[in-house]
Amino acid sequence: MTNPRFAALAFAAAIAFIAATMLIPNDYYFSAAYTVLQFVILATAWNVLGGYAGYVNFGSAAFFAVGAYSSVFLYKAVHPPLIVSIAVGTVVAGLLGMAVGYLTLRLRGVFFAIATLALAVVLYTFVVNWDYVGGARGAYILQPKDLPFGLKRYIHVLYMAMVLMTAAALVIARTIETSAIGRGLAAIRDDELAAECAGVPTLRLKILAATVSGSLMGMAGTTFPYYLSYVEPSAAFNLSYAVNTIAMPLIGGMTMWAGPLVGAVLLGTVQQVVQVTVSSEWNLLIVGVLLVVFVTLAPNGIVGWVARLRRKR
Amino acid sequence: MSEIPTALILNAIIAGLLLGGFYAAVSVGVSISFGMLDVVNIAHPAFIILGSYIAYIVNDRFGFDPIAACVLLSPLFFVLGLAIYRVYYLCFEKRGQESLRGLAFFFGILFITEVALVLVFGVDYRAVRTGYSDTTWRLGPVDFPLRLVVPFAVSVTMVASIEMFLTRTFFGRAVLAVAQDALALRLMGVDTLRVKERAFALSIATAAVAGSFLIVIQPVQPAIGREYIGLVFAVCVLGGMGSIRGTLAAAFILGLAESFTATFAGPSWAPAVSFGLLLATLALRPSGLFGR
Amino acid sequence: MTPSPTLPQGGGRPLPAQGRGRLLAISGVTKRFGGFTALESVDLTVAPGERLGLIGPNGSGKSTLVNCIAGTLRHEAGTIAFKDRDIGRLPAFKRVHLGVARSFQIPRPFASMSVADNLRIPLLYGAGAPLTLNTQSATAEAMRILEQVGLAGKAHAMSGGLTQVDMRKLELARAIAAKPALLIADESMAGLSASEVDEILVLLLGMKEHGVAVIMIEHVMRAVMKFSERIAVLVAGRKIADGDPKAVVADRDVVKAYLGE
Repeated sequence: MTNPRFAALAFAAAIAFIAATMLIPNDYYFSAAYTVLQFVILATAWNVLGGYAGYVNFGSAAFFAVGAYSSVFLYKAVHPPLIVSIAVGTVVAGLLGMAVGYLTLRLRGVFFAIATLALAVVLYTFVVNWDYVGGARGAYILQPKDLPFGLKRYIHVLYMAMVLMTAAALVIARTIETSAIGRGLAAIRDDELAAECAGVPTLRLKILAATVSGSLMGMAGTTFPYYLSYVEPSAAFNLSYAVNTIAMPLIGGMTMWAGPLVGAVLLGTVQQVVQVTVSSEWNLLIVGVLLVVFVTLAPNGIVGWVARLRRKR
Repeated sequence: MSEIPTALILNAIIAGLLLGGFYAAVSVGVSISFGMLDVVNIAHPAFIILGSYIAYIVNDRFGFDPIAACVLLSPLFFVLGLAIYRVYYLCFEKRGQESLRGLAFFFGILFITEVALVLVFGVDYRAVRTGYSDTTWRLGPVDFPLRLVVPFAVSVTMVASIEMFLTRTFFGRAVLAVAQDALALRLMGVDTLRVKERAFALSIATAAVAGSFLIVIQPVQPAIGREYIGLVFAVCVLGGMGSIRGTLAAAFILGLAESFTATFAGPSWAPAVSFGLLLATLALRPSGLFGR
Repeated sequence: MTPSPTLPQGGGRPLPAQGRGRLLAISGVTKRFGGFTALESVDLTVAPGERLGLIGPNGSGKSTLVNCIAGTLRHEAGTIAFKDRDIGRLPAFKRVHLGVARSFQIPRPFASMSVADNLRIPLLYGAGAPLTLNTQSATAEAMRILEQVGLAGKAHAMSGGLTQVDMRKLELARAIAAKPALLIADESMAGLSASEVDEILVLLLGMKEHGVAVIMIEHVMRAVMKFSERIAVLVAGRKIADGDPKAVVADRDVVKAYLGE
């Protein structure tokens, strides 16, 4: 299937999905769906650099939080419409990805990984000390009163936005994956030196992947303050983002756009159930254990496992 | 008058140096596992915290001195390190997947350790009681709190012993050789797997022992591990990978930088110092101060 | 046989007049690793389409020289000029675009890809590629090159599981797919049987038809003698001989370097 056709299909599916689910009376569905979709976007975004190029980003929370806090900043400054917040947050996070990439992607992959860890803590410290966006006490966001399209509840607006953003993220990931850029990234992942000697502009492609990855992770965060109505640093920089954005593509499968989707939907749904029935700590423990188990025993994830079965037949 | 600022500065320097010694102990394991063995054990801080909590349990239940307890228990941590390296080697290093999946593996371990500790101990801070926790020596305007001095002394002893072990003993030099050219060693008939396994186990043991130093210096809670990731790798990278002396020097630099930041800019900025220094080193001089 | 040198796009500074006319002109290149000097003021030229054999004892600096030409190492002193442009500051991938390709001594396939897909990378990113090379023509071209090296039957096999000789062929195929003007074959025949050596030899000899110059780095003297129009000898980082194969091989210093006094 060509990419334009896939894009059309994805957006058609998104619209159909929205139309079908909009009438669900249970409010909890929208909260849960919001969280799962958030993870789909994050996992897909992470995978562009992590799965396709092989560079592990431990600081997903930093990019997510940049998206969230740029929304907070804009809200405090100019009260923009949601779409503007989303656009700005995406761009800012992308710039951050480009900057970090430019500084550290010339080094080995492990140094990039460590730098992203460092980034998360440095940004967290900055935000905690920045009073304009609330610092450690947090910031309040009021959900707007007049809603577009005649909708009655604001969560519906956010839900629609998330579904569309998810479709966009999946389309972008697939486009990269199937293009020459995607092949170049795969070569980098397999053997960066050989790729460079085959003519692949490794640094440029890595920075591109880091930019796209960062921007999509930021995009996932831009609606977060509106969703919670209140944002504080420990929520935006939450530990669960760091581990989930790695666990989900790993479990779902890292070489294909569908892997993070599968991993996020599965793991995200499981977590929603566990969180409600048990506790959030046990939830995180389970995710951590699944991460270790999968990375040790099933490194190609669910999608990879399915692909192997199909090849055997 | 200049009386007060001098005292402030002197205290900041002393605190920085005392902390620096401790930071060296905490980081020496990463110098071995990452600097020499090329194993990106970002779960290193998890073992530090584990050591802290074990020291806490022993101190709480039996009243033992935490540092002595962990030193005595270090063989157990050594065995744990052996086991973890086995898994890492079989699942990742042998398959050439250590950069991506090995990294994720250690991250998972870091994560699991932290969450498990939260489940068992909760998020409250835990502290130990020792005979010297409340004593402070005074030399003129300068304070030497014993809860910093004792860990400092033991830290420096530990780091110095490791440096001597690596440069003077047969096994230690095998480790240094593996760090330089593992293939050549294998061709000479040395079982490099065993050498690496034990070196890695040593690094884990040092982490756990350093954990007991940590809990003497300050109360701990499970999330502290994550703050130490940046510190530990900053020290290792700044010092130049695999150089124990570099680790010591970098640890002192970092200790002083943090101490001055905390004194003059406020303690909430201190975590940014180590990570900021790490980012700066990676961007500007990745081979570190004493790097190969 | 010497085509007039055209100035390529894509980088490198133009040389003064005296260096022109050669495809590759290395002058005074020195490379040190800390206290160890791997290459000491090495001069070497390669004409377009020429077959140069590069020999020398282990550790003499041959691979270091390859890495300096290819751009995976930076040399400390001297000039490396390709197609009359100084390429010393160019990153490796840009040198590939200009027409330098190398194979690795220890094969480095893209293990997650099939044999054919391995070739897509240099086809997409190498010197001959417009980046919009569509899949069909890329596949056809990949198959053509695989035929050339004798790997057509394994086009869809995973590249990680090949035999030694097939991996060497894949290395060369990848280098060929980058459409080079200069191909550096780094010990492609090491450890192969006699008939396997002949397979690789035929492959490399065939490069001349396409106008590709080849530097063959080898220890298999039979192959080097059959292949080379000219031989250069590196010993301890210095070039000690350069010229007609029979003369070089009989040279006293060369014999001494290989066999000792």
